[in-house]
Parts: sequence; structure tokens; C-alpha cells
Amino acid sequence: MAVSNAIKEQDVLLEIDDVHMSFGKVLALAGVSLKIRKGEIHSVIGPNGAGKTVMMNIINGLYMPQKGEIYYKGKKINKLKPHKRAKLGMARTFQKVEVFGGMTVLDNIRLGRHIHFKSGIVGGSVYMGRTAREEIEHRTFIEEKIIDLLEIQHIRNKPVGMLPYGLQKRVELGRALALEPELLILDEPLAGLNLEEVEDMARFIIDVNEDEKWKVTCLLVEHDMGVVMDLSDHIFVLNFGNMIIDGTPREVQNHPEVIKAYLGEEDLYATRR
Amino acid sequence: MQQGDNTVQHKSKYEIEITKDLTISKLFYKKAHQYGKNRVAMREKEFGIWRPITWYDYLENVKYLALGLVSLGLENGDKVSMIGDNRPQGLWAEMATLCAGGIGVWLFQDSLIEEVKYIIDHSDTKFLFGEGQEEVDKAISIFNECPKLEKIIWDDPKGMRNYDQDYLISLKQLQQLGRELEQQQPHLFREMIDKGHGDDVALLFYTSGTTALPKGALLSHNNMLTMGKHLMAVDPCLATDDYASYLPFAWIGEQMMSISCGLQVGYTINFPEAPETAQDNIREIGPHVMFAPPRMYEQMTRSVQVKYLDATWIKRKLYELSTRIGYHVADLKFQKKSIPWYWAFLDWLAYIAVQKKLKDHLGLSRVRNAYTGGAAMGPDHFRFFHALGVNLKQIYGQTEVAGISVVHRSGDIKFDTVGLPIPETEIKITEEGEILTRSPSVFLGYYKNPEATEETLKDGWLYSGDRGFIDDDGHLVVFDRTKDVFTLRDGRPFSPQYLETRLKFSPYVKDSWVIGDKKDYIAAVICIDYSVAGKWADEKKINYTSYQELSQLDQIYNLVESQIRKANKDLPESARVVKFVNLYKEFDADDDELTRTRKLRRAFVEKRYHNIVDALYSENNMVHIDTTITYENGRQAHIKSDLHIRKVAD
Repeated sequence: MAVSNAIKEQDVLLEIDDVHMSFGKVLALAGVSLKIRKGEIHSVIGPNGAGKTVMMNIINGLYMPQKGEIYYKGKKINKLKPHKRAKLGMARTFQKVEVFGGMTVLDNIRLGRHIHFKSGIVGGSVYMGRTAREEIEHRTFIEEKIIDLLEIQHIRNKPVGMLPYGLQKRVELGRALALEPELLILDEPLAGLNLEEVEDMARFIIDVNEDEKWKVTCLLVEHDMGVVMDLSDHIFVLNFGNMIIDGTPREVQNHPEVIKAYLGEEDLYATRR
Repeated sequence: MQQGDNTVQHKSKYEIEITKDLTISKLFYKKAHQYGKNRVAMREKEFGIWRPITWYDYLENVKYLALGLVSLGLENGDKVSMIGDNRPQGLWAEMATLCAGGIGVWLFQDSLIEEVKYIIDHSDTKFLFGEGQEEVDKAISIFNECPKLEKIIWDDPKGMRNYDQDYLISLKQLQQLGRELEQQQPHLFREMIDKGHGDDVALLFYTSGTTALPKGALLSHNNMLTMGKHLMAVDPCLATDDYASYLPFAWIGEQMMSISCGLQVGYTINFPEAPETAQDNIREIGPHVMFAPPRMYEQMTRSVQVKYLDATWIKRKLYELSTRIGYHVADLKFQKKSIPWYWAFLDWLAYIAVQKKLKDHLGLSRVRNAYTGGAAMGPDHFRFFHALGVNLKQIYGQTEVAGISVVHRSGDIKFDTVGLPIPETEIKITEEGEILTRSPSVFLGYYKNPEATEETLKDGWLYSGDRGFIDDDGHLVVFDRTKDVFTLRDGRPFSPQYLETRLKFSPYVKDSWVIGDKKDYIAAVICIDYSVAGKWADEKKINYTSYQELSQLDQIYNLVESQIRKANKDLPESARVVKFVNLYKEFDADDDELTRTRKLRRAFVEKRYHNIVDALYSENNMVHIDTTITYENGRQAHIKSDLHIRKVAD
């Protein structure tokens, strides 16, 4: 592709190269390549069953590709476990929220912070000096950067399981942000939300991507075309394990095969009503 | 004529002498110097922690804002508007405006763009303080239509990174301008304050307007200061007290507490973290004094009633027992009878077992005086709080008198009255029954509206447009707005508000609208409370998907009918609700059905729902609705529905 060739190597945060993945005889990904530049919002779209979530699971480390390579900041990470990838600065939210329902909002977010804790079991059991200071620093980060951003002050101490779905999604995003990721993988962050919640969530994604405090690169899987077209710098279109196009929203909209794959959705800009 | 009692038994040690020379800014300067870094002027919960702001910080912030405004070109008498949630920056902006000789204008935070435009344009606002992106967006969209508006100042940077309009400036930048000006003219701030006079206009306050466009009431420094002094003479507060500021600053009651009283006493003003956390934050603070419109107390009552339904058997029984004791003791107090020792003991038990916890949950554990005003409160709600041991008092007042003119005295509370006039305040009833007020706090007139001023201000008397009378104990009884008073079929006058508040004592009823002036019978339009009625339906395993569907269910109609029957009890037959309908939506200020202080705009709803009114007075048991509603973001939805009309069985 002309577009991807133009990318300078040092700008690439994540690269997957000719990745194959099949489950039995079902070919989920048939040689997919993708480069994500630092600081952009890169979306992956495609019909149901196109292989989007499989692709996310490969990037995230839940699956290992049967063929092909994955590079993160130029380093090959094919065999790295998910928690190791998290340490490198990769965070993720899930299509169906995966939060700890019995824990409070604050505890869920705190959990996302654990990789930044330096003190160990011994220090933690005494809870004095450095450990206490560290905990205060982390709490400050959570309050000032995350709770304030996501406007969830009023549910800080509520058990997540009691909250409406839209707020649970926000909490999940909060937990992913607690990792202070460089790459944030968002698997259908808008699914199941009402219009107001969609607008809020879209705003949070823009904030996280653009704000000086964050500047997080986002990889977004989403079905809401209106939001995808508005938010993304680049869009990668997947259909039955094959890439159709990887280009700017304008290029994607005018691509004949995309229009064919989305037959019936004549107006790609049609947002939910 | 009723003269306010000038002889107050307990003279407050914070009482100050108010001369015509004194202004809010002079008093502020004096207090800030007196308390300095030793005392906390305000507190804001931010990032989960209560952060104190001393009087010294308060003064510094106000000073540089005031000087900043001057360097932007603020002149004496220029209007500065403010919009945003309750937060320290809002109060600083107001105080800075006053210190610089400007006139403050407050807008409701949830005002629609049209309302913002009207007030900014009508008030000739030169500078606008908006909190953050939302307010700035509103201001930008009207900027070109308001030629007098020069700059928009914002303080919350969230989402503001891509705004580069040259008429936008941040609060920090403005304060920087102020610092630069101070270097050139170090005494300017003090000089500006010294120039002020008590009769200067301090605030231009837009009244909520149940009938027409809002009118701008001009209030002087002296109006505001005397108001605070007189209320504090009746119920003195202490400098160590806490007050929670969470109601809109655009409501005169909040101005009275935060500025008029707050400044004279010097109590600490506490700002909640976010509007949604206000209830929890109030509980953390436990304020000593509270002033809120009835809807806040109605909300508290409702939450207690709902929690009661949820509680275990033993807890319910304990609650029932303690409220019975509470009601009995409260009634003895109302009748000014002495409380026998065994009742006092039972009352103490009720306090230990139930009321203490309950009051704590409602944030009322330390309240010395709680006031309600701004609209009518039903006697049921009123008794409820007294049974809990909360010293709730009615007040009567309006924007045009800078707050209040009449209030209950401790130990002399009658739940159908609003009490006695405050010092230096006279109340008179005209032959037609209209309530007139005369006091140093009566406003100067309406801005750019001499006709309305003439109608309202005659020979120093303020014509309220309210109907009422003075009872045998000298208490003022407010009947209703004169134009709202009904004539029943037997010729008796009747207050629809009274019946509406009675209906609202039911937790399932959020709003009600009573119709029946010169008609054969009384009818009511009910807006059910979605969460409470919804919960009831959940427990009964009744399915519904929306407010509209829930409101029209047969079971909900039965429920509402039973609640209406309760409200009908003890009423004369001609004043009972005969027919009612459940509306398909709640009343909303965005639809102009309520004012921003949530008062029903009767004339408007009568016009809007005229077919429902017609149907209530016909033989039909259904009314067809076909209407379009507009959401806040401009989206429109079409609603087609059939509403049931139910006759209340005897």
C-alpha cells in the first residue's frame, strides 16, 4: 500500500506482518499486515466474523499467531505473554466488559495500576514509609488523571456490578488507563451504549489521544461508522481474514470493495438514531 | 400592618453596623484582612479531598481577577455575567466584579442557548465567566449576536485545548493581567473598593418568570447587606459554622446565604466535588445551616420513604415506632404544649435508635436551622422533618427583596404559615389580599423595564402578586400567586399549589398539576417518579420499557389513584381531585414547562396540553397525543400515544 510505505520506521509503534491464524479449518486471518503510528487513532472495521477480535487477541498476546511477526517499538514480541505486553505499555478494554463486579470502582482502577507498584509483599504488609508514599502517589494519579477525566467521582466507592452498563464501560477504560499505556486497544467501546454515552465515550477517547497529559495511541475496533469516520486518522478494513484497504477515512469511504462489503449500509456516515 | 420585631433576644456578636457607605466589597476586604491565613473561607472537594481556601487566598484570587477585569477595560457599572456550577472560582468572579465596581449577573448552569442569549443581550454584559467547555460553547454560539460582549473567561481547561478564539481568556491569564496591573498601580485595588457606595447596584438578578420573559431585578449593596443582617439577627450563625453551597448561584437564596450572610458571619462555604456527589458531600460536611427550595426536602423525604420500603421487617417497625413518637412530640411543640417527661424520654429513645442515623444520612445531623422557601411546601413534608427533630422553618421572600422578608422563629412554628417579618420589615395586606413588603432590602427596580417597576414598586412598597393574610398570631399565611387562585364550583377560593404539594407527598408522584378554575370539578395531571414507581413495578414483576409505557400501565394508575385518595382525605368535597391522567413524560425546564427553579409555568402547560385539559372535562376515558419533543442536542422525537383518563373512586 502506498500509504504504509510512506511511514518512517521510528514512527511505528506496533507492526504486525503477514499474520496468519486459523482455528481448525476456519481461517480467521489470512496474512494480515498493519502498521500503527505513534499518536494516531487507527480503527479496524469489518463485518461480524471478519476476524477483528482475533486480531486484537493476537496483538494483546491472548493468541499466538501461527505464522507472521508482531513488533512493538521495533522489538519482536511474538511469544510474549499478555502481562509482559502490559508492562511494555499495552492496555486493552473488552467487547463485553470484563470488570470485577464485586469490587468498587476505585479498586478496579487501582488494580490496573499494580504494574507500577515497586514495593513488594513485605513492604505492603507493614505499610509505612516508602509504601505509604507510593500508594498516595498512585492515588493522586488515579484521582487527578483518571477519575477527573472520566467524570466518575460520584461512583468512586460503588461496587461496579451495581452500575449501569455505560458506566461499567467507563470504569473498564479507567482501569486500562491506570496502566499509563502507550497503546490502548479498544474493542468495541461503544457497543450497547445509548447516544449520550456514545458521545461521552467518544470525547474520552479523543481526550486520551490528544491531551498533553496522555497522548495515547489508540487502536479502535468499532461498528459505529459515524464515530469511526470522525475519530480515526486511519482505518483498516478487514473482511473474512483479508485486508481490503488501510487508508484515511476518505479513501476508505470511496473504496468500491468497502462499499460492497457494507452493502446495505449505503451511507457510511449514518450514525445511530 | 405587621411590624417586624426589632427586639431580638440574642444579639449576635457578628452583627455589624450597616451604613449607607458600606458595600459588599468593603466588608469583604475587611473580613479577609481580619481572618487572613488563620481561617478557612471556603472549601472545595477536588480529586477526592476537601481542599481549604483561606480568607487570604480568597482575597488574593479576587484581587487579581478584579485588576485583570480592569485591565481588560471594565468600567464602573459594567455588567459581568457568570455561568457554571457552584465552585470557588464562581464566587471569586462575582466578588471581583463587585470590587471593581461592576455589576454581577448570574445565569443558571443548565440554561439553554436561547436563555443565555436573552440575558447576556438584555443585561448588556461585557464579560462572561464560564466554567469550562460546555459554557464556553454556549457563549461562542451567541457571541456574534451579543455586540456588547467582549471577552469570555473560562477556568476548567478540560477539552479547551483546541479553542483559539481571541475573545477567550483563561482565569489564570486574567489573573496574570491583574498582577501586571498591580505592579504599575499598587493601590488601585484598594482605591476601587473605597470608591463604592451602598446604594450602588451590586447584582442584576433575573427572576424566574412563570409567565413571561425573565425580568432583571437591580439589587444594591445595601439591599444585600441589610438582608443578611436581618436574617442573622433572627437566627445567628457562628464563624465556626459550615455551610454547603450546592444550589445555583442564580437563585437569590444561595446569594443570600453565600454572600449576604456568609460575609457578615464569616462561616465556611463548602463546595461539592460535582453536582452528582452533592448529597454525599453534604453528609461529609454536616452543615449547621441550610436553605433550600421545597423540592430538595421533598427529595429527601422520598429517599427515606423508598429506603423504608426496602428495609427489613425489624427496621421498618423501629422506624414506624420512632416516627410515631416523633410526630406526637412535634405536634406537642406545634401546639406550644410542654412535653411530659415520659414523652421526652421516648423521643430520646427514638433519636438514639433511628433519627440520629437517619439525620446523618440526610446530612442533617448538625443542622441548627433549616429553611425552605421559593415555593410552597406541603404540611406533610413539613411535619415529617419536625418529627425527625429537624428545626425546619418556612420563609417567604422573593428576588425583589434580596432574599426573604418573613421567617418562622424557633419555638413558634406553624406549618401552615411562613412566620413573622424579619427586623425592619413591614408586611401589609391590601384589600384584595395582596401581600406588600417594605424594608431596606426592597430592590431598586427592573432593568430597562420602567412599566414593570411602576407596577411592582409603589411608595416604597413592594407588590408581590401573592395572595395571603395575617393570622391571629401575627403569622403571614401565603395562599398562592394571585393569578393562580382558583374559584371552586361552590364559589370558594382555592390554592392549586396546596393540593399539588399534598399530591407530591406520595413518593410515586414527582410532579403534579391541578386544574379546575371555575370548572365543575378538580382534575390533576400527574408525572410519576420514574425510579420509585419503576422500582415498585419491578418488585411486582411488571414489565415496562420506558417512562411512557410505565405511566400508562393499569397497575400504576391504581397505585396513583390510591395516592390521590389519600391526598383527597380531609379536603372539602369541592376541592377533591375527581379525574386524573398520568402524563407520558416528566415536566422539564428545557421544555419551558417549569422555571429554572422548578416552578410550574401554569399558563404555558395549559396551552401546551390543552387537549388533555379538554379531555379531562369530557366524557372520554382516553386522550390521543401526537407531539414532537426536542432533545437538548437538537434531536427531535415524535411521540404518539393514548393516555388513559381515570375517575377517582370515592
